[in-house]
Amino acid sequence: MKEIWIVQGFANNLNLRNRIGTVWYVIFQASTIVGIIALIALLFNVIDGSFGYVAYEAKVDPDTLAVDGVPVEAQSKEQLVSLLQSSLSSGAYNKLENEKPFESRSREGVYQLVVERIIRPQIVAVWKLWPSLTQADEIRATVAQDFPQAELDFVSWLTYDFVSRPQTSEPLTAGVRTAILGSLWTILFTILLAFPIGVGAAIYLEEYAFDNWLNRIIQTNINNLAGVPSIVYGILGLAIFVRALEPLTSGKMFGLVNLTSENGRTVLSAGLTLGLLVLPIIIINAQEAIRAVPQSLRKASYGVGATKWQTVWSHVLPNAMPGILTGTILAISRAIGETAPLVVVGASTAISFDPSSPFSKFTTLPIQIYQWTSRPQDEFRSLAAASILVLLVLLLSMNASAVLLRNRFSRRF
Amino acid sequence: MAMNKNSDHKYVIEVRDLDIYYGNFKAVTGVSMKVERNAITAIIGPSGCGKSTLLRAFNRMNELFAGTSIRGQVMFNGEDIYARDVDPVEVRYRIGMVFQKPNPFPKSIYENIAWTARIHGYKGNMDELVENSLRQAALWDEVKDKLQQSGLSISGGQQQRLCIARAISIKPEVILMDEPASALDPIATLKIEELMQELKKNYTIVIVTHNMQQAARASDYTAMMMLADRETRSGTVIEFDDTKVIFTNPKDKRTEDYVTGRFG
Repeated sequence: MKEIWIVQGFANNLNLRNRIGTVWYVIFQASTIVGIIALIALLFNVIDGSFGYVAYEAKVDPDTLAVDGVPVEAQSKEQLVSLLQSSLSSGAYNKLENEKPFESRSREGVYQLVVERIIRPQIVAVWKLWPSLTQADEIRATVAQDFPQAELDFVSWLTYDFVSRPQTSEPLTAGVRTAILGSLWTILFTILLAFPIGVGAAIYLEEYAFDNWLNRIIQTNINNLAGVPSIVYGILGLAIFVRALEPLTSGKMFGLVNLTSENGRTVLSAGLTLGLLVLPIIIINAQEAIRAVPQSLRKASYGVGATKWQTVWSHVLPNAMPGILTGTILAISRAIGETAPLVVVGASTAISFDPSSPFSKFTTLPIQIYQWTSRPQDEFRSLAAASILVLLVLLLSMNASAVLLRNRFSRRF
Repeated sequence: MAMNKNSDHKYVIEVRDLDIYYGNFKAVTGVSMKVERNAITAIIGPSGCGKSTLLRAFNRMNELFAGTSIRGQVMFNGEDIYARDVDPVEVRYRIGMVFQKPNPFPKSIYENIAWTARIHGYKGNMDELVENSLRQAALWDEVKDKLQQSGLSISGGQQQRLCIARAISIKPEVILMDEPASALDPIATLKIEELMQELKKNYTIVIVTHNMQQAARASDYTAMMMLADRETRSGTVIEFDDTKVIFTNPKDKRTEDYVTGRFG
């Protein structure tokens, strides 16, 4: 340090202070890097599982199914149905008919059944993306040696078909349409329950409630509820929505009972359970947003003789709306990823028809992922990885649309 | 309660033995004063002596944000605004307020006034009302071409005049101004003061100010506030008189010290 800066009686320790600052700078940067590495590892893992070589053998050679020289891929729906009828046991055929009458199935649906039930390609080995890229020759040699009958294909597990097909037990024809629709239906009811009630409660607590012991207890409990493990909400949902409110959640009350929903384990129950789960989060975030509206704005409004409701409706809510929406987005994102409460509420793990009403049985993407990862075969691991990508895309697109919505609100000036 | 606008009372607001409490803390003690119609009454005094608290008691703004309670009476045209059957919203409708920091709504200039009129059920020609209000606030010429722009896009002085235009658009009898020029530069301040002289033809104005020159220049009556005693830290009006008297021939020694800059 230059002489002229030194003052008697002070430590003149600028160098030391700067060094301490540098240490903290490095620590903060390292924390960020750890987070980024974790994120990259996650993405790598998911993408690694979603693509790669697959070796499979067909139980029945498709060529033998050709009728009058027409290959099985090109046959009409009626031909395919009769093929199924002649190849399957009558019990298996009737079961399919009961699930969904062949008349109302599409040709593609029937063709899938043929592939699934008659041709039955069996996966014999699966490789992930990284080995598929780096050790392609070894993989080919292994397949040629161990499975001479098998065909080796580089597949993307994440395809349009994967997204658009219903769930089946065969990995090669399995899809997540059922789960995506289940997730969307569930989230719809979650939003319908949690958004109006959450925002309403936040308005009450911030603008109307007096600061007395009762309201302080309510506030504390809302904060605590936000931290309650989600499985507890599952048990709550099971007790309330599935059991106690069964006439409502199963649709019996509306005379809508059919084969798909004879109990309360429905989309509606799941949506309401997740709604309860995210309600405290939405309330807290909405309260923050309402509190962030400057007091001067309220004063301006009251100062010209506006009533409380006019002030809240015209000034507080519009200005808090971007923040409220951000909080809701976060809460909904959490709800989309929830698994445990839905297991308790009774999401179906194997279900091949789409939810069509609030009273349908359902599965959701996280449930599907959970179910597939718990299977021992590698190919289900790949299906799970592809479903995770679908879930991520679903999350990102919902968030993006919510951000657009939020920006529309805040771009009034 | 129907507040009679064309009252014969010479004094619009009469304060009788007013005490104001924040919880248990008595912030203002024993204030009695009369606010004359179509005049400008200034409230001056050192920081923390309760000027703004007293002003906000005139239209019941205190209880909304600070949870105050009062003892005594504030009469508006002879009726107690703290009476049980009086809706504070109606009080604030008849006794408007302009704040220290300009606070236009984050809406267009036009909407700032139109919204205010609309919530009170104004049924006349809105364009006319907006123009008249802005003209009365001496702002029309500056903003007539940008009525659809945000009220926050104009300068601070213009924003404050917009707030005044907003306040007078619903034709109150009294306008309370809480240090309306303290966030403004001298030129904008001068404009506000000139505007006040115009406005007092139609309205009664009560203004709190830190700026003694402003009180001397702009007001007709001045209330001098000070802490009644140092123990309780409770403020009171120690002298209330013609502005000329307060600034040239005050009766109280403390007033003289304060207005001559020898406060201590």
